[in-house]
Amino acid sequence: MLEARGLFKSFGKVEAVRGVSFAARDGQITGLLGPNGAGKSTTLRMLYTVLKPDQGDAFINGTSVTMDPLAARRSIGVLSHGAGVYNNLTARENITYFGELHGLTRADRESRATELIEMLEMQPFADRLAKGFSQGQKLKTALARALVHRPRNLLLDEPTNGLDVMAVRNLRKLLGQLRDAGHCVLFSSHVMQEVEQLCDEVVVINGGLVVAAGTLADIRAHAANSHLEDAFVSLMNGGDAGNGEPK
Amino acid sequence: MNLRGIWAVFRKEFHENLRDKRTLLSALVFGPVISPVLVAVLVQFMISRTQTQGEQDISLAVIQAEHAPNLLDYLGARGIKIVKVDLDETGAREAVAKQTHDIVLEIPADFGQRLQAGEPAPVILYSDSSRSFERQGVGRVRALVANYGIEIAQLRFLARGIDPISVLPISVQEIDVSTPSGRSVLVLNMMTYLVLLSMLFGGLYLAIDATAGERERGSLEVLLTSPVPREHLIYGKILAAASYMLVSLVLTVTMFSLAMSFVGLERLGITANLGPAPAALIVGCCAPLILFGSAYLTIISAFAKTYREAQTYLQLVITIPTLPLIFAGMLGLQPKLGLMFVPFLSQHLLMTTVVRAEKILPVHMFVSVGSTLLFGVLLTYAAGRLYRREALLG
Repeated sequence: MLEARGLFKSFGKVEAVRGVSFAARDGQITGLLGPNGAGKSTTLRMLYTVLKPDQGDAFINGTSVTMDPLAARRSIGVLSHGAGVYNNLTARENITYFGELHGLTRADRESRATELIEMLEMQPFADRLAKGFSQGQKLKTALARALVHRPRNLLLDEPTNGLDVMAVRNLRKLLGQLRDAGHCVLFSSHVMQEVEQLCDEVVVINGGLVVAAGTLADIRAHAANSHLEDAFVSLMNGGDAGNGEPK
Repeated sequence: MNLRGIWAVFRKEFHENLRDKRTLLSALVFGPVISPVLVAVLVQFMISRTQTQGEQDISLAVIQAEHAPNLLDYLGARGIKIVKVDLDETGAREAVAKQTHDIVLEIPADFGQRLQAGEPAPVILYSDSSRSFERQGVGRVRALVANYGIEIAQLRFLARGIDPISVLPISVQEIDVSTPSGRSVLVLNMMTYLVLLSMLFGGLYLAIDATAGERERGSLEVLLTSPVPREHLIYGKILAAASYMLVSLVLTVTMFSLAMSFVGLERLGITANLGPAPAALIVGCCAPLILFGSAYLTIISAFAKTYREAQTYLQLVITIPTLPLIFAGMLGLQPKLGLMFVPFLSQHLLMTTVVRAEKILPVHMFVSVGSTLLFGVLLTYAAGRLYRREALLG
């Protein structure tokens, strides 16, 4: 369960996020939808405790990210923008390193890595150095790394960027499995089809503000448009879409 | 304080960089192998130059040798090899300029007559003072000719019933107090400089990779979401860079010790104290610097946005701590308590003391180790503070 309450964040004079509130529930996939520069990444970064909000707070299973960021981090798995992995470590070592950082015992992190490698079908490249990995292999490695400590909540920043169709399908399947297992999944995207295919709930952000939130049906109703993309465009035009803050 | 995170980061950085060719080359090869070899070659060169000068006869070309047989016998008896030549003045100048003869002595035709008449008898000495290696030979010839003159003068005084001692009111006695090892200032300065630089280079690439490199790859952000305090992450990285520096330091000193035992410094009149025990002492003197050095490099590269940017900064910045060494060399600084508070400089002075086989004052050692460690801890703490800042993410 993730909850944002009145988040504000500015970088110098640029107000990236101007009062974002929403909730992402367990057993659901929530999509953070918005154009480039809408404040999606900044919002996610505050949720996963890398940035401190100027105002407001966020809660991970009820734990405040500003009061106790270390405890909050224990129950989140993060896939950051670009999914950076360590090139001179194997996929397995990338996974166990994060297991160790999360305080897993050696035996625990080894067996957990094997489990994730099977789950994500990474066997062919699990023990190769990440140096020559394809984008899809890197993503799987980064995803396994994010899941190594069995977090209740998973936050993904534009996870489908740079992936081919097969890899996107695999990711979609996996996120579905995680939802069915009762996890809370929150991901950001600017791709409509993705959100439409995957999400139970959508939070539409524009100009650092939430312009609409709810199920897909709610969004369509809210924008009085049965086609999500048209609904999205009408929402953008209703808000101050021209603001376009840099990321 | 929970040290698990520091340990995990340390192990991962240590392990990962073992697979990085650039890091390994700079830690294990560039500094530790190349710098001792460089110094050894230079020393070998110096030895061969001094040996040719000290042991070989000085060769002296003489024009019109038949006019001064006694003078030439005198010179010949004192290790000057006489080569009789037939040249005019321009020929003599050319011969020196073209190095067919290093030194040419011309004896005028009236040399014998003037000497007998008691008039000043000039001789002409051609040499090239811009060639430093011949200067010693010229000096010796000049001194011997002058001595020959003094001996003639003394004989003349005796013939007139005057004690020759009375016309030599002052005599200068030169005593050279430099110990054999003390003469090796240049070699020593270069060696301490290279030991310290090589040590820093050992951790350079790891420091860059662990900070600017990690940010550039995009893995920093995820690392910051692990439940480890941010300052612990950077402590682990600093320790990993420090461990590479330690390996580099031990290797470099060992290689210097080996290289110097092969070149035979004693033939240069230098007895460098570089056996296993002094080498261990040198490592001990420098080891406290490692924390300072790795924290210093880590802080600088943490400011950089990319690997290349960090590399550019560091190649400049890495020489800054070694600047005092150059001044120490120029000013001939001696170990003093006040200087022991200065990192790098104090290690240079202590190393020099060890190599000269002189005693290190315990208080000097204590102050050097204490202050260097203190600076190192402060810098490490500063790096931790820096890593807590959000601007780190860029």
